[in-house]
Amino acid sequence: MHLKYESTLREPLVDGVKDYHQVTEDIIAPIEAKPGKLWYVGFAISIVLLLFGVFSVTWEVYYGTGVWNLNKTIGWGWDITNFVWWVGIGHAGTLISAILMLFRQGWRTGVNRAAEAMTIFAVMCAGQFPIFHMGRVWMAFFVLPYPNTRGPLWVNFNSPLLWDVFAISTYFTVSLLFWYSGLIPDFATVRDRAKTKLRKLLYGVASFGWTGSTKHWQRHEALSLVLAGLSTPLVLSVHTIVSFDFATSVIPGWHTTIFPPYFVAGAIFSGFAMVQTLLIICRKIMGLEDYITMGHIEAMNKVIVLTGSIVGVAYLTELFMAWYGGNPYEFDTFYKFRAAGPLGWSYWIMMSCNVISPQVFWFRKMRRNIAVTFVMSIIVNIGMWFERFVIICTSLYRDYLPSSWSYYRPSWPELGFYIGTFGLFFTCFFLFSKYFPVIAVAEIKSILKVSGESYKNKMVALEESSIEKFEHDAHHH
Amino acid sequence: MAVKKFVVGSFDDEAVLFPAVKKVRTAGYKIHDVYTPFPIHGLDHAMGLRETSLHTAGFIYGITGTTTALSFMSWVFTTDWPMNIGGKPHFPLPAFIPITFELTVLFAAVGMVLTFCYLCQLAPFVKKHIFHPRQTDDLMIMAIEVTEKTNAEEVKAFLASVGAKEINEQVAETGWWFGRYDKEDTFYNKAVTA
Repeated sequence: MHLKYESTLREPLVDGVKDYHQVTEDIIAPIEAKPGKLWYVGFAISIVLLLFGVFSVTWEVYYGTGVWNLNKTIGWGWDITNFVWWVGIGHAGTLISAILMLFRQGWRTGVNRAAEAMTIFAVMCAGQFPIFHMGRVWMAFFVLPYPNTRGPLWVNFNSPLLWDVFAISTYFTVSLLFWYSGLIPDFATVRDRAKTKLRKLLYGVASFGWTGSTKHWQRHEALSLVLAGLSTPLVLSVHTIVSFDFATSVIPGWHTTIFPPYFVAGAIFSGFAMVQTLLIICRKIMGLEDYITMGHIEAMNKVIVLTGSIVGVAYLTELFMAWYGGNPYEFDTFYKFRAAGPLGWSYWIMMSCNVISPQVFWFRKMRRNIAVTFVMSIIVNIGMWFERFVIICTSLYRDYLPSSWSYYRPSWPELGFYIGTFGLFFTCFFLFSKYFPVIAVAEIKSILKVSGESYKNKMVALEESSIEKFEHDAHHH
Repeated sequence: MAVKKFVVGSFDDEAVLFPAVKKVRTAGYKIHDVYTPFPIHGLDHAMGLRETSLHTAGFIYGITGTTTALSFMSWVFTTDWPMNIGGKPHFPLPAFIPITFELTVLFAAVGMVLTFCYLCQLAPFVKKHIFHPRQTDDLMIMAIEVTEKTNAEEVKAFLASVGAKEINEQVAETGWWFGRYDKEDTFYNKAVTA
């Protein structure tokens, strides 16, 4: 299970000369220091965006969903686009923490904590959209199957929208538990080195009385492994169910069987792009370049080019099936109203951002270029937003009755709602980056002596020795 | 639980810790626990701890979720209020799969985390004795219980011989109590049972 030795051909995961104490210092120090000016500026901007979002949503709740530009033809617009976009972003966190854990990918240790935080905040943002789309939001609890005085009249368990309620709430809960169980030992680290009383008190409460006992670690490892094993099918199921919202309908453009894998690949694609955006800034500002190395960025860029290409294949498959399937409505949706027509521009933004531009990552030089990676991560996120917009709006704006054909652009409360979720997301992320260990301290320590640069350098002598001596040393030390 | 007396030794390298654990055990001393800043694979076996059954608990919680979801949805749709939804069957098993799966995962995850917290006695405002402030930073701390039969000085000398760096004697509460980490607690009403 655990490597005692790793080839020096593999890039180190922790750069520089570090011992365990130095790892603690490097990662915990930003929590103990006063945040820089940039942090305050960023935090203030996030709060302003959040407040604007609250205002827009209040406006919508007060006057009703009529203030949104949805109409009889386009019943889902920016709200559901944003919902799917945010949920998708969340998926990279679970992929990194769960799937890469099952695959024993050591590089996940540098990025999993921040990626999981991103998951939780993104799902919080996503959840707002379907809830406020309900209109009479004070009755949102009607979606839960609780014994009620209306019969009891139960919810419709056949409905993909109800499956979504279960999927998203389970996903949020499990991600939160996974994240927090990993945080407990690191909070204990902050607690035990805290100088101020307040910090000792708060991190003392947050660390649940963790001591680092061997038995507790044994259970912790078991718990992490099972949670990873549960989260892996969970994350696939969540976006599959989100895709069912569309796929089980009879709308041309939605009614396709490739939606589940296509949505899951797209989710991971956009999620990794968001992780890149956040971590490229974090590592620079917090001085964590030794832990989130070029190797990490390159590994994530490889995932981006892979999933981006899967998404590209899905787009082409859709086009092929629209022609080959022989359904005239399907054909028109794809060839007349998506790739052309009044909303055709959004299709081509999607195509160029998601399929064409990520191909630069076939080149190692580009994968290892910070500026290119950062710009690409933004482009991918724009592209993936447009993918959801294309799926939702270009399938709806031309329905079976040409008299009800319409165009769609958002009103200011819709725009404000979306901007507000950015505010929510970044407010949470700024607080996280200040008060939480942004890198899993204990996990970095557990890979340090195998994958740390200074420890790997000591292995060169071992590798250059004879095979017999190498085997003997590798097994017996 | 109880207030006991311990000899505490600190180690800064796993390579020294493993043989030390082995030697302390063969010498017949009782290792109360080893506290480490990160999970050290194989240390549990070296200390002779049994495997955890947390997975089994997780499995049981999981199937509880499966049964809950399946039986509840079936009861609602076939017995409590059979409704005609678009002419679909009253017992649409394939349509139950997503929710059944989600509830399986939810029950397993929540159940396991609660069981984990219960077994390790973890909760907010729970406080436990910390033998060394760096046991969550970079040191591995071995606590050996001093019973009527053990000679503390002898244990100290033995720990030094197996490579422990800092060695001292501590009287500590072995269980947990409600407390705050920014305040010192004294157990004046408990006698040392050693």
